[in-house]
Amino acid sequence: MQTGETVQKGFCEVEVEIKNADGLHMRPAMQFVDIASQYQASIAVSNEQTSADGKSIMQMSMLAATCGTRLKIRAEGADAGNAVEALRELVEVKHFGEPTPEEKARQVQ
Amino acid sequence: MEIKKGVAVSPGISIGKCLVIDAEDYRIPRRSIEPSQRLAETQRVRNAFRDAIEELTGLQDQQKDIGQRKIRDIFAVHLSFLRDRSLRKKITDLVHDESVTAEFAVSKTLRDTASDFAKVKDSYISERAADIYDIEHRLLRHLLGGRRQDIQQLSEEAIIVARELSPTQTAGFNKEYIKGIATGAGGRTSHTAIVARSLGIPAVVALEDITESVTAGETVIIDGNRGIVIIGPDDTTIQQYLEYAVEYTEMEHRLDAIREKPAETRDDVRVMLFGNIEFPDEAALVFKKGGEGIGLYRTEFLYLNRDTEPTEDEHYDAYARTVGVFKKEPVIIRTVDLGADKYTQSRRYVREPNPFLGLRSIRFCLQNLTMFKTQLRAILRASVLGQVKVMFPLITNLQELMQAKMILGDVMEDLDEEKIRYNRDIEVGIMVETPAAALTASMLARDVDFFSIGTNDLTQYTLAVDRGNELVSTLYSSVDPAVLRLVRTVIQDAHKAQIDVAVCGEMASEPESVMLLLGLGVRKLSVASPMIPEIKQIIRSVTIEECNKVARKVLGMNSERQISSFLRDAARKILPEAF
Repeated sequence: MQTGETVQKGFCEVEVEIKNADGLHMRPAMQFVDIASQYQASIAVSNEQTSADGKSIMQMSMLAATCGTRLKIRAEGADAGNAVEALRELVEVKHFGEPTPEEKARQVQ
Repeated sequence: MEIKKGVAVSPGISIGKCLVIDAEDYRIPRRSIEPSQRLAETQRVRNAFRDAIEELTGLQDQQKDIGQRKIRDIFAVHLSFLRDRSLRKKITDLVHDESVTAEFAVSKTLRDTASDFAKVKDSYISERAADIYDIEHRLLRHLLGGRRQDIQQLSEEAIIVARELSPTQTAGFNKEYIKGIATGAGGRTSHTAIVARSLGIPAVVALEDITESVTAGETVIIDGNRGIVIIGPDDTTIQQYLEYAVEYTEMEHRLDAIREKPAETRDDVRVMLFGNIEFPDEAALVFKKGGEGIGLYRTEFLYLNRDTEPTEDEHYDAYARTVGVFKKEPVIIRTVDLGADKYTQSRRYVREPNPFLGLRSIRFCLQNLTMFKTQLRAILRASVLGQVKVMFPLITNLQELMQAKMILGDVMEDLDEEKIRYNRDIEVGIMVETPAAALTASMLARDVDFFSIGTNDLTQYTLAVDRGNELVSTLYSSVDPAVLRLVRTVIQDAHKAQIDVAVCGEMASEPESVMLLLGLGVRKLSVASPMIPEIKQIIRSVTIEECNKVARKVLGMNSERQISSFLRDAARKILPEAF
């Protein structure tokens, strides 16, 4: 378990940072929703202003999180821990399969 | 109770519950439903989502090529929205909490979502608003598609209220249960009006925001004689209208009694009265009303409401059924008049910037020879069954006429080779419905056996007025001095060339125009079947001398308003009940 992750039975929360250059646009949001939907736990994603249902593409894309934005992912339910871990990996490790700003700059060169 | 004034296009009175049809490309008005309908309405929302998902999945599977990855991505976005439970819940909650129709809830929720998207600063997101509108469209299409099915499978009497009805919609009408029609758009000669008249369904059009004023299932009265629609009438009004409806039916029966009598003026001039039809079934109605043949068989309906173009045998069957009703009388089959507001299977989605001036009617046929020849073969084959004549629409010059005749000749040769029988001397005529044809009538007359004046298009093209556009439809009048001058020219030129001339446009079905047409020298009229008795009654009540006088007076008048009020007065003196 990473630091900063709160784990109780059936409850899990983590803060992540969007690292891909283009932010949480349509395709990343779809990937997020697809993974979130594989879990029983309810998933809420929030920035400073609003909170979105992590299984709703409509609400997730409305977050319009750009690169560098910090989001809080909260899951509640039996598989909350696994759900949060999978989503954190998608955002911070895989970067939705998209380049970071540095990688993008390198590609242009 | 709310009274709305529109344009009366098909006579009769009907009282009943309304069925509202929305259009997907038009703003869906807020419409309430009974609380008891909420469950069924939320189920419709779910069905629409299910059907849209199914449709999109199918479309996505077709885009297998790598080059089409972009399209596949777009579909994937749409699919994930359609699978979004919170979106669906928002819509069903709206239906449930505010008792509104599925259409309204879908449209409102998605449009609100789209405008939220449009406000987002990130252009990646804001540009997605267009996709949301797309999804709205798709869902509405499924919802309204279901509604169209409902109309075809109607099992109780209803009055149809819509902004406008497309030929495809009316072709699917279950005549037995549709008691009245009220539309927001349209005019006297709009498609809805023509169909309503030919089916004998009372109709009022040009009612502007009618679809926003009614609640589904509400009682409405359609007064197709006075052009009035009453929404939610009180008991006294309903009683008055029930009595009025009885009176009107009695008058109709009196008119039906003259069925056996000839259409002859008081000074013994014989006039031939034919019926206009769209479907073979209507030929029987024309016969029942006392028509002496079919003056205009519109064949477009063979092409509508189906996925493939009709085969030669399907054409032939329809014609044979019609000729079966009139074995000795003339049956004039007009070759297909598609384009403009009616499309064929292959061209339904091709938009032209100016369809009424575009590739329509005979022009379309001359560029689609296979389709044209299929129809001509069927007409020729049917020609041995009775007195079939062929008529080409929208001719604008001699060259088009010669081309059409040449193709008819080719088809005849083909039939000769195959030893298939047909009437070699089949009469060939044209619709005179463009100013160009009217002005060159003397030239065209040499190469045809008859003219039929199509006053609807002739008026539209002469006055440059779209007959279906309620913003300018008041300018549309077949008794405008400009139109009348052209009509007179055509009649005179036909007489000089000694060929037949008939009037088959809506003008011939208008009681107030009959004296004028007779006075101009017309002796053949082709009208909507429900109008046959009334027009016959007028013919039997006048003398040609009176008619000549009316025509002379009218030709001396210089304003449409003056002419129409003069004609109305003249007709009122003859047949007071109808006005």
